[in-house]
Amino acid sequence: MSRIAVLKGGRSLERQVSLKSGARVEDAVARLGHEVISIDVGADLVARLDAERPDAAFVALHGRDGEDGTVQELLEVVGIPYTGSGVSACIRMADKVLAKHAMRDREIPTPDFFAFSETAFKELGAAQALPAIEERLQFPIVVKPAGQGSALGIKFARTPADIPAALVAAFSYDRKVLLERYVAGRDLAVSILDQGGIPRPLPIVEAVPEQEDFYDFESRYEIGRTRFVCPAALDDAVDARASELALEVYALLGCAGFARVDLMLERDTDELYVLEANAIPGLTETSLLPQAADAAGIGFDALVARILEPVLAR
Amino acid sequence: MKSSAMRDLMALTERDDVISLAGGLPDTSSFPPESYASLMRTVASESCARALQYGPTEGFSLLKRCIIEVMSAEGMEIDTDEVLVTTGGQQVIDLVCKTLIDPGDVIVAEAPTYPGAVPTFCAYQADVVQVTMDRDGMRIDELRATLDELDRTGRRPKFIYTVPNFHNPAGVTMSLERRRELVRIAAERELLVLEDNPYGLLRYEGTPLPTLRSLDGGEFVIYASTFSKILSPGVRLGWAAAPSPVLQKMNIGKQSADLCSSSVSQCFVAAYFDSGPWHDYVRSLIEIYRRRRDVMLDSLAEQFPREAEWTHPEGGLFIWATMPDYIDTTDLLARALEQHVAFVPGRAAFVDGRGGSAMRLNFSGVDEDDIREGIRRIAEVVREQVDLYGTLTDAGAGAGAVPQSGAADPVTGRRRTAPAPGGPSGQLEPSAGDPDLAKILRLPAKRKRAGSG
Repeated sequence: MSRIAVLKGGRSLERQVSLKSGARVEDAVARLGHEVISIDVGADLVARLDAERPDAAFVALHGRDGEDGTVQELLEVVGIPYTGSGVSACIRMADKVLAKHAMRDREIPTPDFFAFSETAFKELGAAQALPAIEERLQFPIVVKPAGQGSALGIKFARTPADIPAALVAAFSYDRKVLLERYVAGRDLAVSILDQGGIPRPLPIVEAVPEQEDFYDFESRYEIGRTRFVCPAALDDAVDARASELALEVYALLGCAGFARVDLMLERDTDELYVLEANAIPGLTETSLLPQAADAAGIGFDALVARILEPVLAR
Repeated sequence: MKSSAMRDLMALTERDDVISLAGGLPDTSSFPPESYASLMRTVASESCARALQYGPTEGFSLLKRCIIEVMSAEGMEIDTDEVLVTTGGQQVIDLVCKTLIDPGDVIVAEAPTYPGAVPTFCAYQADVVQVTMDRDGMRIDELRATLDELDRTGRRPKFIYTVPNFHNPAGVTMSLERRRELVRIAAERELLVLEDNPYGLLRYEGTPLPTLRSLDGGEFVIYASTFSKILSPGVRLGWAAAPSPVLQKMNIGKQSADLCSSSVSQCFVAAYFDSGPWHDYVRSLIEIYRRRRDVMLDSLAEQFPREAEWTHPEGGLFIWATMPDYIDTTDLLARALEQHVAFVPGRAAFVDGRGGSAMRLNFSGVDEDDIREGIRRIAEVVREQVDLYGTLTDAGAGAGAVPQSGAADPVTGRRRTAPAPGGPSGQLEPSAGDPDLAKILRLPAKRKRAGSG
């Protein structure tokens, strides 16, 4: 039996989801026979870790602090082994702009994009460049904050007149935003799980909106408005290619333990594009990684055990 | 229904390092602890067994006598058998829906409407049609057009839901003329009206107006109120006064929901009313809230950019502020939370996605310093976004390219604008046919009473 600190909650906008992920992980950890130390991450995190000295930390945090390398850095300093990716991989995944540049440099297909800081607009006249950007990306354009993990702040701009308000909204979440070409098609998620030290793709999950061409990201994640299909009904070649791309991204960004890579399969061209990678995807009853693991015959307890295994072996 | 992302965001407003102007909390800190202790001692010594026992579903008559006193203070005369004691005013909304609504039935509500009613309406799968408001409350011309349009499609609302006094969230009060018109429409068309009046006694200026119930005499108006705002939300006691067929069905609904409201609470409130003049405490609350409202209005006038508008409530707990239409207040809340301040995004008060540029601000639940600081922080993030939009539209920071600003109040110089809270339109959405039309409750038309108000 080991003593496992489950880190959950925190102060990010995804606190509620994290509390659910964390509670579920705690139950599984207890069923696996370990002692659970439940930590709602706050100002006393380092003091708690120092006092408890757990054998390992299961990081069930989402969004800012928990997924962007901050908490991982603290765990390194305190000297407690933890689940999932390390500091640098978390930083690369949490910043969609960094991740997309890395993919583009490696010629991994990702939708064409431009990224700007608020300063670029306020002090360097970036607004003057918008017409050129719009011409290159073509409408509709997706505007998103660089660092926000959930659907919050993601807007569709259908015309040039929509762009300023979409940028204002995205800048509510981050000082850096990206404008991205919209890829119309099928929404796929490939979860990767390290098994015996080798990253392996799990069955692909497809998010199917109940209403076609529904340009509202937030609604697409509402219960009842999106259906999740796993394994997704894909041609073998497409399935293999999506998994291969996800593995390439996983390696490129330096992920460890597990991660989820989101892709689009373009309707008109059948081309696959990688949107982003998530360092700590949701672990709730309805989250995609547990669904994918389940489809591969890995129940939730087994999933948690596999995520913990390499950490406890350190 | 609020999106899951918005629910998650709202959960963060409860962090203790956040100045929350998002809640709707009355200030219970001014109730003397020694009075509470003494009242509970009275309950223990005089009615211990009763307080610890189940009570009648409709409520203890000793509590109903208190309710009659409160209603009398608002100009309504009523008998104890016309009252149903409920677990907060919220239960009235639930019971009315439970009694009247089948999935797909129409409820007409104001735009914006009470955010706490939205999940209830949605849970009963009602089709909520929202009618815009201006500074005189619900627009009656639009209500008529809405009802006519519904009529044309063979649909009949089960009830019209309204908060006539110091509206939550809009902060406006329905004018006397509109009250009369609304009551007239209800009688002409034999439509029920649910009048939700939690704040009527919390008036800080102006002359009290007659309730819809007093204008209608209780024919078509279901009246809802609560002890939450004049004493304590913790006692969870409210009430309904309704036409008898509706009240009977609500009573049956309440039996299945919770058998009865808390006997301990009912005994406590009755002891409180027995102990002395309850108006004194309400007057002390009015003084506290009036000062807080004025501090918030002054802070808004000093701090908010000129592109913003807000209402000037004569009472109640809320101010409704409307930003330029390019600001989405759900997104703005994320930025505001970074500054440790919170409000309710306007979308929570609509069922159809409107209200995206508005916010509800509460002034009763935090002290004057926190109101000043909270408004300063919100103003800062709004100004940032106004400036950024100005830069993006090449119109100069914060200048032009924004919707017209409201006119300054000629007396105070402050901006006291009516909200046009509903945003772009109050257009009636085409709705699906209603197969359950036959089930719609139609009250027998009673003899019309002469005059009202």
